[in-house]
Amino acid sequence: MVHAILALLVCQLLGEVIVRAAGVPIPGPVVGTLLLLLALAALREVPDQMNTVAGAVLSHLSLLFVPAGVGIMLHVARIRAEWVPLLAALLVSTLLTMAVTALVFFWVMRRMNLHEPEQQP
Amino acid sequence: MNGAPAHADNLDLLWVYLQQEPLLWLTATLAAYAFGHWLHRAAGSSPLVNSVAVAIALLVAILVLSGTSYATYFEGAQFVHFLLGPATVLLAVPLYRNFNRVRRLLVPMLAALLVGSVTAVVSAVGVAAALGASTETLFSLAPKSATTPIAMGIAEEIGGLPSLTAALVIITGILGAMAVTPLLNALRVTDWAARGFAVGVASHGIGAARAFQVNQLAGTFAGIAMALNALLTALLVPLLVGWL
Repeated sequence: MVHAILALLVCQLLGEVIVRAAGVPIPGPVVGTLLLLLALAALREVPDQMNTVAGAVLSHLSLLFVPAGVGIMLHVARIRAEWVPLLAALLVSTLLTMAVTALVFFWVMRRMNLHEPEQQP
Repeated sequence: MNGAPAHADNLDLLWVYLQQEPLLWLTATLAAYAFGHWLHRAAGSSPLVNSVAVAIALLVAILVLSGTSYATYFEGAQFVHFLLGPATVLLAVPLYRNFNRVRRLLVPMLAALLVGSVTAVVSAVGVAAALGASTETLFSLAPKSATTPIAMGIAEEIGGLPSLTAALVIITGILGAMAVTPLLNALRVTDWAARGFAVGVASHGIGAARAFQVNQLAGTFAGIAMALNALLTALLVPLLVGWL
């Protein structure tokens, strides 16, 4: 477990260092993801420890968003004043984005004959 | 607990101690999420009962009733918040496991990403502007489909309010997690990769968390979508805002 956590932190740290040193507007953790991907490709397998950590964290990913979400309490006045445009924008944009993304993905996939018929939900 | 009556002074001291230590609000964060998760299960895993929404509502109520500031709360909750970074790095694991499938679907992925990312920014800012939102609100809204730490960074860069952005990002995530199954069923998008990718672009990590609960492959594509959209939104929003 210790080695897996160490590997994660090292990847993130290197990601942050690379992004800052290069001065590119890419998030550090995203570069960290690429670094870990390269490491796994070099190992040619996912170590058991890393599998354990991934299973534990990714199945409760949404917990990590709770602290930032509680920050909504700082903006009660603004939200009360602008709730109509905010709610309309969030609802329309989220649903539209999801629909458009899914349809483009599905359409291009079928055009290219990449569809896997056994993958039905 | 020695049976002696508790003096008001002692209780005050206890409260002062608890307010100063991160332990109380860290525990409260996990407890609120555990309750939300339990409620979600009790409702037959209905996407309408979202564990994050329940946890946030519960915590805000407790903080307001106890007169605790968000800054005090965050002293404890920051340890959970910090894990967003390592969790993003961890997305490499499902990505590696499904690498062949991801490579095969690279073209549909990139096409959907580009269209979805632009739609997310333009439709949110467009609707809010048409309904008379203030400039600060518009700037805070623009990066709302990117994952929290990245969206906050973008908002800061373009003159929005990072903490408002964080709240809008979370609401976007919750809305997407609630809507994904009925919406994509209605549109007859039956492929797990397409479904996961869509919820990841629109609703970042909270969408991905929902996707992982439903199907591993959908979760993997949602995770990739979240990482790619974070990147593209960071490049796109400053550009689009420059035209406004």
